Amino acid sequence: MKLTLKIWRQKGPSDKGKFITYQLNDVNPEMSMLECLDVLNESLIERGEEPVAFEHDCREGICGSCGFMINGVAHGPLPATTVCQLTMRHFKDGQQLVIEPWRAAAFPLLKDLVVDRRAFDRIIEAGGFVSVSTGNAPDGNTIPVGKEIADRAMDAAACIGCGACVAACPNASAALFTGAKISHLGLLPQGKPEQDRRALGMVAQMNTEPFGSCTNIGECTGVCPKEIPLEVIAHMNRDFWQASWKEREDLVQTIAPVTSWSNKTKTKS
Amino acid sequence: MTLDAHIPSGPIEQAWDKARFEMKLVNPANKRKHTILVVGSGLAGASAAASLGELGYKVRCFCFQDSPRRAHSIAAQGGINAAKNYQNDGDSIFRLFYDTVKGGDFRAREANVYRLAENSLKIIDQCVAQGVPFAREYGGMLTNRSFGGAQVSRTFYARGQTGQQLLLGAYQALERQVHAGTVTMIPRTEMLDLIVVDGQARGIVTRNLVTGELDVYFGDAVVLATGGYGNVYYLSTNAKGSNATAIWRAHKRGALFANPCFTQIHPTCIPVSGDYQSKLTLMSESLRNDGRIWVPKQKGDKRPPSQIPEDERDYYLERRYPSFGNLVPRDVASRNAKAVCDEGRGVGETGLGVYLDFGDAINRLGEHVIRERYGNLFDMYQRITDENPYKVPMRIYPAIHYTMGGLWVDYHLQSTIPGLFVAGEANFSDHGANRLGASALMQGLSDGYFIIPYTVGNYIATHKFAKVDESSSEVKSAVAGVEQTIDKLLSIKGKRTVDSFHRELGKIVWDECGMSRTAQGLEKAIGQIRALREEFWQNVTVPGSGDDLNQSLEKAGRVADFFELGELMCIDARERNESCGGHFREEYQTTDGEAKRDDEHYSYAAAWGYGGADGKPMLTKEPLEFHYVHPSQRSYK
Ligand SMILES: Cc1cc2nc3c(=O)[nH]c(=O)nc-3n(C[C@H](O)[C@H](O)[C@H](O)COP(=O)(O)OP(=O)(O)OC[C@H]3O[C@@H](n4cnc5c(N)ncnc54)[C@H](O)[C@@H]3O)c2cc1C
Ligand code: FES
Repeated sequence: MKLTLKIWRQKGPSDKGKFITYQLNDVNPEMSMLECLDVLNESLIERGEEPVAFEHDCREGICGSCGFMINGVAHGPLPATTVCQLTMRHFKDGQQLVIEPWRAAAFPLLKDLVVDRRAFDRIIEAGGFVSVSTGNAPDGNTIPVGKEIADRAMDAAACIGCGACVAACPNASAALFTGAKISHLGLLPQGKPEQDRRALGMVAQMNTEPFGSCTNIGECTGVCPKEIPLEVIAHMNRDFWQASWKEREDLVQTIAPVTSWSNKTKTKS
Repeated sequence: MTLDAHIPSGPIEQAWDKARFEMKLVNPANKRKHTILVVGSGLAGASAAASLGELGYKVRCFCFQDSPRRAHSIAAQGGINAAKNYQNDGDSIFRLFYDTVKGGDFRAREANVYRLAENSLKIIDQCVAQGVPFAREYGGMLTNRSFGGAQVSRTFYARGQTGQQLLLGAYQALERQVHAGTVTMIPRTEMLDLIVVDGQARGIVTRNLVTGELDVYFGDAVVLATGGYGNVYYLSTNAKGSNATAIWRAHKRGALFANPCFTQIHPTCIPVSGDYQSKLTLMSESLRNDGRIWVPKQKGDKRPPSQIPEDERDYYLERRYPSFGNLVPRDVASRNAKAVCDEGRGVGETGLGVYLDFGDAINRLGEHVIRERYGNLFDMYQRITDENPYKVPMRIYPAIHYTMGGLWVDYHLQSTIPGLFVAGEANFSDHGANRLGASALMQGLSDGYFIIPYTVGNYIATHKFAKVDESSSEVKSAVAGVEQTIDKLLSIKGKRTVDSFHRELGKIVWDECGMSRTAQGLEKAIGQIRALREEFWQNVTVPGSGDDLNQSLEKAGRVADFFELGELMCIDARERNESCGGHFREEYQTTDGEAKRDDEHYSYAAAWGYGGADGKPMLTKEPLEFHYVHPSQRSYK
């Protein structure tokens, strides 16, 4: 099949980027979107041009490295599918695909389709863990965990941290990502002791980074390759408000979780 | 050179306790004065870095991805073994030890494997405490599935995403230490050389993959946890970035490389469909719990599977191995698949495939049960092949998956360079000539959580560390060497892309050093690899420059190392005149086509010293002794 790829090219963080159009005449419908870019890149290199930089590693939809917008949709048209697993048979012969990087202030662009997602690591660093040092653990069956709880925790834990939720959100909010970790750990008995600290710390960090606020639009869950449910955001908000209420003595303002206020909570913890 | 594995004397059950007791400790207040460099953030690296940080060392951890959470370990699907015996089906530490030594076809070190089996219990506990959502029974207890090479059910899992969940557990522990200030995480950075000063590993040279800057990091010990080298074969189930550069460059600095030819071919992968293909996708071994493997009895039978009646199907694994059936170890399953395809009974367009059929299981248990167990794997299969495996049997074929070989390490996981430790798939330690399913995750975490923190401490406590800085000649020459290689790669400006070379190298190694090998074929391959490597250095083209994000340059450096390692793999395979585990030399087989070991002459680990670009690698043998599991012809009948 034939495809026209209109791809965002940008040499570096401070360069002005632009779209460049490439024509591909011999696309095998069994190829993945990334293999299609491989083929394009091989031909660019042979012509002495720089290939399109894009991120990828596992090519199995699990590492969360890959991701870009295809015709305005994060990871393209197929539900629950990352671009590395998206096969070309889902497009029509002769179609034009506009390919551009995640666009969000919190994900500064590095080159072509590659962005910097370290803000996600910083959110996890702010509390997305259970404080149990190596060697401290009791036998794995000491605390029973009901199957339904374990399954729900797993649903939330399935997040691959690709950033599609942020890219799809008109506010560029990281609520789905943050909520997924807060739910995963908050649901399990092992994560309960730090539930409050975790919610306060992670939400504060999320608000410190240039992500927008969540207004419950739901684009995030719509494009999520792991179909993380919107309810994780409700879970996050509940944990956050509960924790804030318990610690209200120390709080100065009682408005929505904004940066200055949350920062105070963070330095406290 | 003689190799001392430093195995503690006395009964194997007490070896690790004894070793730990004999280790010297570092005063808690002094720990923060010692910097430890951990290269790699997969299961082995992240768990080691986090645990060392918890102890109070100053740790720097490196990975080439944008985040430590993306290490290749994330892709492991099926599960992790532990001898918990929660199923009351007769498991024990000794049985896991026994199965692993036997599964490795008696080419692993007994003491290491015993310790691995012991540590398996603590790994599960640690991961549960971290919040890893393992599968549970309704009563809230942990549940298990079976994996190949074992008759007990000891594999713990989190749907089809066990590696992801274990890695996220280790990653979260790592981020906790980043928050605590003990660990500094340095992502998007590739180690390109090891710095050895006065015979001790004291630092690394790295390239910042965004800015291209070369940096030097110093430390008192270096831990390499950089994963396996399956990507020598180009097409593999490994992540695209997985590479051998860190261990290969350490090898060039003096670390011996053990058993390079011991590579694992996984029997259940989605078959190759075209030339553009960039990688192969694994379908977890856990599927063999419920799926039945078959091909038509007739050669060239092109009927769709649904029209081939039961009595015209050959369930060849069940037929040949009645006691293990579809759950024979990987090497056996892969070889049998190749054999039936070579006979002309393979299925699919290319004839390189066999069926993995869930029809019976669906009839017996219902589709919902199968969906519950393997839903995400079935979805993935359908996404890639456009076929519905609930209705049509899956088509699968073997693919390269794991490398048992790696840098030689002693019982302390220390390489032949003092202060250089190697953990996870990057070392050669525990799996002999064939790894059992669900044992790599176990080994990575055993190394990282429960061994490295002790043995590195002992090394620090028993050594002196003279001051090193940029001015020393070792550092200058290492940096200059890295610069030269980069400049050279960029200046060749030939006609062929890095990928085209890599693809060709992969094909040579797959054909001659893959599922079956012959002395003649290996000889041929060595010649071909040398010629291709020469062409590479004359005719490769790497666009762009060295001072920004340049993915072609990254690949070129890795492929250059794959050439050298690929050659060593073939040399090692040619030298080992026996068949064992995944190393099947056609000349050495039993009358019914099974691998035939030669314990009298080959019961050793082959540790190779670097022989210079065109020189001859030097072989040192570490003899293997078996006091607990008596070597026998492996039988899964
Ligand atoms: C598809 C698949 C499924 C699998 N399923 C299972 C399973 O079910 N059960 C099981 O037990 N095993 C399984 N395995 C095997 C297992 O996943 C791996 O052996 C194991 O995860 C390796 O872990 P590691 O920590 O040694 O290395 P990796 O996870 O590969 O990590 C390597 C790290 O090193 C870094 N790195 C590499 N080179 C450099 C460099 N030069 N400079 C800086 N950093 C570098 C990388 O960035 C990465 O962080 C599977 C493997 C595959 C391919
Ligand atoms: S490359 Fe790993 S999720 Fe796409």
